Amino acid sequence: MSYRKRLRFMSLRARILAVATVFALGAVAIAQAQPQSGIVRPTTEPSNPSAQLGAQLFAGNCSSCHGISGSGIASPRPGAGGIPGAGPPLQRVGASAPDFYLRTGYMPLASIHDQPAPDRVLFSDNEIRSLVAYVASLGPGPAIPHPAPASGSLSDGLHLFTEHCAGCHQGLARGGFVTGALVPPLQGVTATEIAEAVRIGPYLMPRFSQKQISDSQLNSIIRYVLWTRHPSDRGGWGIGNLGPIPEGLVTWWIALPLLVVACVLLGKRFGR
Amino acid sequence: MTDPVQDPVRFIDERTAGAALLRRGLRYLFPDHWSFLLGEVALYSFIVLIGTGIYLALFFDPSTAKTVYHGPYTPLDGQTMSAAFKSVVDISFAYKAGLLIRQTHHWAADVFVASMVIHLTRVFFTGAFRKPRELTWIIGLLMLFTAFLEGYLGYSLVDDLLSGMGLAIGYGVGLSIPVIGGPMTLSLFGAPFPGKPELWSRMYIAHVLLIPILLAVLITIHLALVMARHHTQFRQSRRHTERRIVGVPLFPGQTPRSLALVFFVAAVLFLLGGLVQINPIWQWGPFEPWLGTNGAQPDWYLGWLIGALRLMPSFDLTIGHFTLVPNPFWGGALFPLVVLGLLAAFPWIERRLTGDRTTHNLLDRPRDAPNRTAFGVAFLTWVFLIFAFGAADRIFVLLGLSYNTQLYIFRIGIWVVPLALFFGVRRVCRELQTSDRIEEVREQAEHEAEEDRGAVAGAPAQPAG
Ligand code: HEC
Ligand code: HEC
Repeated sequence: MSYRKRLRFMSLRARILAVATVFALGAVAIAQAQPQSGIVRPTTEPSNPSAQLGAQLFAGNCSSCHGISGSGIASPRPGAGGIPGAGPPLQRVGASAPDFYLRTGYMPLASIHDQPAPDRVLFSDNEIRSLVAYVASLGPGPAIPHPAPASGSLSDGLHLFTEHCAGCHQGLARGGFVTGALVPPLQGVTATEIAEAVRIGPYLMPRFSQKQISDSQLNSIIRYVLWTRHPSDRGGWGIGNLGPIPEGLVTWWIALPLLVVACVLLGKRFGR
Repeated sequence: MTDPVQDPVRFIDERTAGAALLRRGLRYLFPDHWSFLLGEVALYSFIVLIGTGIYLALFFDPSTAKTVYHGPYTPLDGQTMSAAFKSVVDISFAYKAGLLIRQTHHWAADVFVASMVIHLTRVFFTGAFRKPRELTWIIGLLMLFTAFLEGYLGYSLVDDLLSGMGLAIGYGVGLSIPVIGGPMTLSLFGAPFPGKPELWSRMYIAHVLLIPILLAVLITIHLALVMARHHTQFRQSRRHTERRIVGVPLFPGQTPRSLALVFFVAAVLFLLGGLVQINPIWQWGPFEPWLGTNGAQPDWYLGWLIGALRLMPSFDLTIGHFTLVPNPFWGGALFPLVVLGLLAAFPWIERRLTGDRTTHNLLDRPRDAPNRTAFGVAFLTWVFLIFAFGAADRIFVLLGLSYNTQLYIFRIGIWVVPLALFFGVRRVCRELQTSDRIEEVREQAEHEAEEDRGAVAGAPAQPAG
């Protein structure tokens, strides 16, 4: 995590360096080396998304881990700067997975030792479309889904989410920890990203088939997850919707200090 | 002529002989220090608990019979749930002031236990538990642990997702107790988890009748014992001695104080109940054994047990393939028993160590007993750190400090930090004592110097103090 941040601080210098490297390698760089940080871009970028731009970006930013043409690299292999690269093959992931992994900022991964985590998105929309088009062209696979959360039911969504997702993501999708992974909160994700994640199963998250969760059930789940951004806090200040931990904090840091101050004042007031 | 005030009073007095008792009661002297009001905060929270609890009991249905919800809260519309859960959703959404009363009840429970803990620390660090007040101390501890159980039953009754998960943990801990745990837990639950419907009527009668009565009895004995042996007091002036009590009488001195405090406690609890959401069960939804939520937690006063369960290395006591003592026993049962046992035995432990067997009506300041104060700080820190680890997963999510790193830090920290604090605090106490003594000597010397000068000048010596 911290390593990753440090890399980002260096990004300007590193970017210049990286662009220079690409320049030296020619327009279509087949970069064996993983760029240390930032993004490697062709010097003149077309303004429309194209699989060709995607191929260039892929070669410069992804192939060190995912192999040339997304064939995958099974075991860690040193890339530029000694950073090892390894990643799954991308020849059958279709358009949905790259769209999800790029729009959440999961990819490009800074270090294969890190869990992919929601992060700043480093690519422009144009570049993401190009990369998605390129990865999708590598082989058959699912297209980007188009969920319709409005047609789902909030009540079903609550129930299905509790059944399938809350064990990891917490009942109100506030995130948490499971052995081996940090589970992100879901207040910042879009409907499309939720639909993609459920079918892909990123990292330790299981992949849910149509049999387990149908598309209409998925719509209900998405409707519920979007609702958790502003759940119904009938009781007043929701204190984070995290349950007893903040409640205990309020008890000890608001209620009790007030009462102790009252004791001190009353002890003085009627003392003499 | 009849007198509308005097006649009824005389009527009652002639038949109860209460006037003398009342007069004695009203003259009872209260020590004049704010820290003696902390116990009253707990008492008044208890009163609020009883009051709000009665209102909730009018609407709560302790039944696990399944119903389908069709009520004002649409996100639960059409869901199957127990009648118990449904009745609490209805209290929150359908009945007048139901949510306010429910939330106030829950906040009052959290504050009740917290104020008892604060009261306990005051009593501990001032040595108020010493002879002749050991029984008062023990009764206080019993109340504290009874309150833990009462709170646990209270939120378990609701049958929401969190309460179901809490019951599952309680069931596991119950089973883990050697020899008696299995049969006891099973007969209480009626069947393996989640148990039979009878469990609900059992928890309900315990929560609304048996334990409140037990608490009320304990409170009465506690207060009677306080009155019988009288309050302790600080050595605030030369007039405060072991044998002479200085203070304000119950009436008129203490009464306005206590009345003001009653209203203040109630105001804080009702304000919280109206403004700050607590246990929004409609967000958790109903419990089923196959459902769960990440990061489920008990109310704060049981958080130390979750912390202990998580912190304890996975270690069962086994003979061959037979598990004698399963893991949950250590954190969930042995740990609280050790804490209770140590605190309960402390008056006798201290007597053993110091050889001090005398009666004490004057309180120590924390510095006056460096060993006790140091032990108290170390002990509380130990329990607190174990408590804090219960939230390690949230700390990970918020601060990015990985769970396993925290596990190692805490497993070492819960021993090292209290130990370091023990020596540090003892040192500070002794330094404070020394500076007290220096101050005393200096005052004495100044006083003598003044006297000398007075004698030289032929003036009469100033009267002392
Ligand atoms: C076994 C635990 C687990 C379960 C069950 C699970 N998830 Fe996840 N989920 C994760 C983890 C871990 C991640 C982070 C993945 C990563 O870092 O690559 C994640 C990521 C996500 C993301 C992306 C979040 C982001 O900010 O990028 C979404 C959306 C999501 N999950 C939705 C769901 C939904 C909806 C369900 C239920 C159908 C579900 N998850 C069930 C563990 C789980
Ligand atoms: C440092 C190595 C690394 C780099 C660089 C990297 N990836 Fe990945 N990528 C991984 C790893 C490891 C995974 C598996 C993560 C997981 O299971 O969630 C992965 C997973 C993926 C997946 C999902 C695969 C699947 O089976 O669902 C896609 C799509 C993807 N990466 C696209 C990209 C793209 C596009 C880039 C370039 C912008 C990129 N990656 C850069 C290491 C890397």
